[in-house]
Amino acid sequence: MKQETETEMLKEYAEQEYKYGFVTDIESDTLPPGLNEDVIKFISNKKGEPEWLTKWRLKAYEIWKKMEEPHWANIDYPPIDYQAISYYSAPKNISDGPKSLDEVDPELIETYNKLGIPLEEQEILAGVAVDAVFDSMSVATTFREKLAEKGVIFCPISEAVKEHPELVKKYLGSVVPRNDNYFAALNSAVFTDGSFCYIPSGTKCPMELSTYFRINEQNTGQFERTLIIADKESYVSYLEGCTAPKRDENQLHAAVVELVAHDNAEIKYSTVQNWYPGDKEGKGGIYNFVTKRGACRGNSSKITWTQVETGSSITWKYPSCVLHGDNSKGEFYSVALSALKQQADTGTKMIHIGKNTKSTIISKGISAEKGQNTYRGQVMINKSATGARNYSQCDSLLIGEECGAHTFPYLDVKNTKSHIEHEASTSKIGEDQIYYCKQRGISEEDAINLIVNGFCKEVFRELPMEFAVEAQRLLEVSLEGSVG
Amino acid sequence: MIKIENLHVEVDGNKILNGINLEVKAGETHAIMGPNGSGKSTLAQVLAGHEDYDVTEGNVEYLGKDLLDMDVDERACEGIFLAFQYPVELPGVNNTYFLKSALNAQRKYHGESEIDAMEFMELIGDKIKLLNLKESLLKRPVNDGFSGGEKKRNEIFQMAVLEPKLALLDETDSGLDIDALRVVAGGVNAMRSNENATIVVTHYQRLLNYIVPDFVHVLVDGRIINSGDKNLALELEEKGYDKIIEEAAG
Repeated sequence: MKQETETEMLKEYAEQEYKYGFVTDIESDTLPPGLNEDVIKFISNKKGEPEWLTKWRLKAYEIWKKMEEPHWANIDYPPIDYQAISYYSAPKNISDGPKSLDEVDPELIETYNKLGIPLEEQEILAGVAVDAVFDSMSVATTFREKLAEKGVIFCPISEAVKEHPELVKKYLGSVVPRNDNYFAALNSAVFTDGSFCYIPSGTKCPMELSTYFRINEQNTGQFERTLIIADKESYVSYLEGCTAPKRDENQLHAAVVELVAHDNAEIKYSTVQNWYPGDKEGKGGIYNFVTKRGACRGNSSKITWTQVETGSSITWKYPSCVLHGDNSKGEFYSVALSALKQQADTGTKMIHIGKNTKSTIISKGISAEKGQNTYRGQVMINKSATGARNYSQCDSLLIGEECGAHTFPYLDVKNTKSHIEHEASTSKIGEDQIYYCKQRGISEEDAINLIVNGFCKEVFRELPMEFAVEAQRLLEVSLEGSVG
Repeated sequence: MIKIENLHVEVDGNKILNGINLEVKAGETHAIMGPNGSGKSTLAQVLAGHEDYDVTEGNVEYLGKDLLDMDVDERACEGIFLAFQYPVELPGVNNTYFLKSALNAQRKYHGESEIDAMEFMELIGDKIKLLNLKESLLKRPVNDGFSGGEKKRNEIFQMAVLEPKLALLDETDSGLDIDALRVVAGGVNAMRSNENATIVVTHYQRLLNYIVPDFVHVLVDGRIINSGDKNLALELEEKGYDKIIEEAAG
């Protein structure tokens, strides 16, 4: 029966392609809301993609249609109408944005000022009509030349599809398959752009790669797709995000990030994300439903995820490591802050397959005001993973009376010759601690910052230096006024 | 320096202090002694500005200002230091960084520039010797995992760095062995000058052998029932609180 329907559907699909061909006007720059096969073909065509990728997307769409939106996470939001979303729009016409910073939410401007963001950059972030891309264009070009000398490929994924199809074809969807989860399937069908990075064998990437330097940055936000491959004996550190609260008209963000590390290769992936969290009632904030996974394919390979999450009204993400190679290592360091009415359900998965694989999980959740913070982590030791070790530490810090912290560690151990350690703690910033600091002359706000920074130290030290400083400042600004 | 007049204090509706009068001048050291529950620690906390204590009556004038009108951190910046009976732990917060933050907050309050790292290290180097503190304690989180004695020494170390005008020592001797007591008292004594004053709150006379007070006050049921010089402390030790209370009543 099932077989039959599938065959039927496939037939229908094959015919459809034939029947309708390309009906959407490819000259138009923005699609009306709605999702169907034509929309996907339109996107693929707009990007000038080869046929295999169009088919790959359409298959993802078929899978997605049969899936249901997951609701197991400890988050609460009104139903999303996927047909009400527009899945493609070309870079915004300059005249559509606010005319000047005067038209932008003053609270947002205040935050920019507190973070010390220069005026021109504020305008870009707030979407003010300025022609500011020129600078980053030239920077990016020199930057890419330097990388090319080492054989490092770093470009938009849409470009990689054309320039390096063999690599994209080999790795795309190899870590996060299309049927992995609802949002990954959706992303696979409709992703518009993202980063592609390949580090050849024996190469240490000469600089930290940051999305900031990527050409074509605009309008890739909603369904971003990132693919990073570190070949044998290579090393790369990749920085994602921005400390400034970035406004975006698209409420739903469903990105996919795939990392592949071959023998003795190491990938460090650091994120400081500060999507607009919404106002005090949580209105207008971003839903960040992202799938991030790294595969330690080679022996003695290593992948480290470090994240500082302060934004979004809802965060649903579990950067994970699949440890195939013997002696491979996975690490996850996370600070997640939920203030206002923010909800975060985040954590990691460490899947041990190879022998003597090691994983470390350090998760720091901070809840303030009405924020709800959930840690959800899974450690799976497969039968083959003799000598595997995991250390997990999940700490929660509560500020105020109305917030909450929740911890859901899942352990699945199929090999008795493995070792797992789990520690968890929940603490509150005590009035006695604040009093003690104040009695030494430190103001209440500075006292909270001191304590919060102390709490996050183990994670901050995993971040590249400048990023760590920014992250610290970001937490301070995000927590401002949350204790009264 | 500080003048306390008719101070009445309640906690959750319970009367703890019932009309305290006390004046402490610059250069003086006063000891407040009393049985458990007499209100000694309350007096220290009220002067530091703890929110749980409600002042229902009375005034406190400190350096010509209304002390009760100031917030906790403002009082600290104005030179009031409380050495806690139970120092609070701040996990993750580096001891040195904490102290530097405190010192800079106070300097900022007085319109002075922040102390630079070199200068600061020099300053604490001197003070740490004074208190015979292990250097490793500087790198550890504030009071986290410290022994009882280490915590008390750390309090006096902070005091030595912050150089307060009015130091309040709340049961600083509790939990200290005799050697540590000598070191801590030595630290306090080294800081005594004509410019500052100290109020020592203690149950036992022992500490006063090392920090010799100019005045001793006996606090019972929230009132000072007897005042004298250091000999009063010795008398108290000999006779016990009950006897002194009886005598005061009679």
